[in-house]
Amino acid sequence: MSFPWARQYEPKNGLTKFLDEKLPLPRLVYNAVGAGYPVPRNLSYFWNFGVLAGFFLVVQIVTGVVLAMHYAANAQVAFATTEHIMRDVNWGWLMRYAHANGASFFFIVVYLHIFRGLFYSSYKAPREMIWLLGVVIFLLMMATAFMGYVLPWGQMSFWGAKVITGLFGAIPIVGEPIQVWLLGGFAPDNAALNRFFSLHFLLPFVIAGVVILHIWALHIPGSSNPTGVEVKSESDTVPFHPYYTAKDGFGLGIALLAYFALVFFLPNALGHPDNYIEANPLSTPAHIVPEWYFWPFYAILRAFTVDFFFVPAKLMGVLAMFASILLWFFLPWLDKSPVRSGHYRPLFRKFFWFGLIPAMIVLFICGGAPAEEPYVILSQIATAYYFIHFLVILPIVSSVEKPEPLPYSITEAVLGSDKTMVKGENTAPAV
Amino acid sequence: MADTTATANPETPTAGEDGVRRRDFLDIAAVSAAGIGGLAVVYPLVSQMAPSKDVLAASSTEVDISSIEPGQAIKAVFRKQPLFVKRLTPAEIEAANATATGSLRDPQSLADRTKEGHEDILVTMGVCTHLGCVPLGAAEGEVKGEFGGYFCPCHGSHYDTAGRIRKGPAPTNLEVPEYEFTSDTVIQVG
Repeated sequence: MSFPWARQYEPKNGLTKFLDEKLPLPRLVYNAVGAGYPVPRNLSYFWNFGVLAGFFLVVQIVTGVVLAMHYAANAQVAFATTEHIMRDVNWGWLMRYAHANGASFFFIVVYLHIFRGLFYSSYKAPREMIWLLGVVIFLLMMATAFMGYVLPWGQMSFWGAKVITGLFGAIPIVGEPIQVWLLGGFAPDNAALNRFFSLHFLLPFVIAGVVILHIWALHIPGSSNPTGVEVKSESDTVPFHPYYTAKDGFGLGIALLAYFALVFFLPNALGHPDNYIEANPLSTPAHIVPEWYFWPFYAILRAFTVDFFFVPAKLMGVLAMFASILLWFFLPWLDKSPVRSGHYRPLFRKFFWFGLIPAMIVLFICGGAPAEEPYVILSQIATAYYFIHFLVILPIVSSVEKPEPLPYSITEAVLGSDKTMVKGENTAPAV
Repeated sequence: MADTTATANPETPTAGEDGVRRRDFLDIAAVSAAGIGGLAVVYPLVSQMAPSKDVLAASSTEVDISSIEPGQAIKAVFRKQPLFVKRLTPAEIEAANATATGSLRDPQSLADRTKEGHEDILVTMGVCTHLGCVPLGAAEGEVKGEFGGYFCPCHGSHYDTAGRIRKGPAPTNLEVPEYEFTSDTVIQVG
């Protein structure tokens, strides 16, 4: 579906006419990211991160396929082949640093993409399905990133694998058998390494599939925009190409500068030096931390230090960590406010900037810090706020808040007036 | 990336008298930068599949030739491929020298294919130049082909006593790798 004023694809020469009849790929591209896809004219740079996430998925798949050509998923040689990639393979260091930092950048842009969705309520009708698929992508990313980090078979790899599979051990009765089954042994070893490699190779393609669904679902209602007011007429939109191909291209240039600054000059800044020590099942590093992109969730996991009635602290932590993300699946129905954009929601905005964001920052810092005071109490407070924000504050705010007046249309928001505007209608909450 | 700037809105009314717009310059500059960037990405992606440093480092082999009797050959391994080192008998040398070089498919004399002062030591790859099978004739009792050298059983290439192609589909003589005598009894290949 698209807006009725979308430009129509017209094959110009013999080849495109032939293709249009047999396999209309050019038409698909034209309608999806070409001049045939009308997009709100007022998108800010916060709308770049979807394209950037797609770009980094491609970077990860390309560099990952290359690394798999030189890596051997065997506990005897995994660490050595990783060093072989770094020292012997032509440009191997570049491939591995691009892959490791590519994962970090994938998470950076996806977190900004999620942040955009949270502030502008991109999850609200009619875009619930896009949001739900996005949460699925994020969960798949977390699983993929975790298993990828195990592959170099360093100390952090090994103990990360042990700790994360240990989460499943928290489940009553069946937990331990599940952990043993996941690892194919009693501790991470060859069996675990092999299956993690297999799944680490598979899941990115599953992600790519869900990304296609995510984009498909997006193209039904079309993109949201910073006002949250739906597109009303042709003057509210511009064709995706050249307007947003150019804007996304510029954003991509900036992202690449940051990315390669890290790849070339600080390639290990986001990694942990202990992972350059080969896995040793008999010695745990003094301070084990996951990769930075897991820190907020790791902080929630560790926030539970005492048993809740009959639920052991270990299980509570695991449940809370999974719940903190599964919660997002219910967001479209927790936030009932008909106004989407945070720009027009004074109360929501306060809780967002002075509640949720500080809580996330605290969780992020605490997740990377050792499990000692004051980090424990801080992560407990932040965890409590995190859940209260989504489960209590958001539903209450959406019912008591008086939103600020919305613009009549995107055109009016941009130009100050809209020719199609009917007099006296501009005060109505047009959503 | 390239298509992000490939076309600008044709309605942009900034064309000068010569019909060239400022936007045209930006388009060309951006697409060129993306193109050069793309090539810079392709180069390492292609290069990574070439032999790595450890493979190249392992491409030198020493062979002790002291125990090879005239008429005997030994097989060694060079770059993970068989290497034939043969000590020719006087009769084999004579047979090789008796052949007119000009009549050969790949004209080379025995002297071209051996080291001065060691004309009886023939070092060749044990890899048929047709499609890469290992020819027979190096080990005791193997078929030596119609010309008394090597015979490739895959597609019937016959090599003479100097390892030169004489009959069959192979295009060139058995390859003589780079090697040198480090002493009278030891050669270093590669």
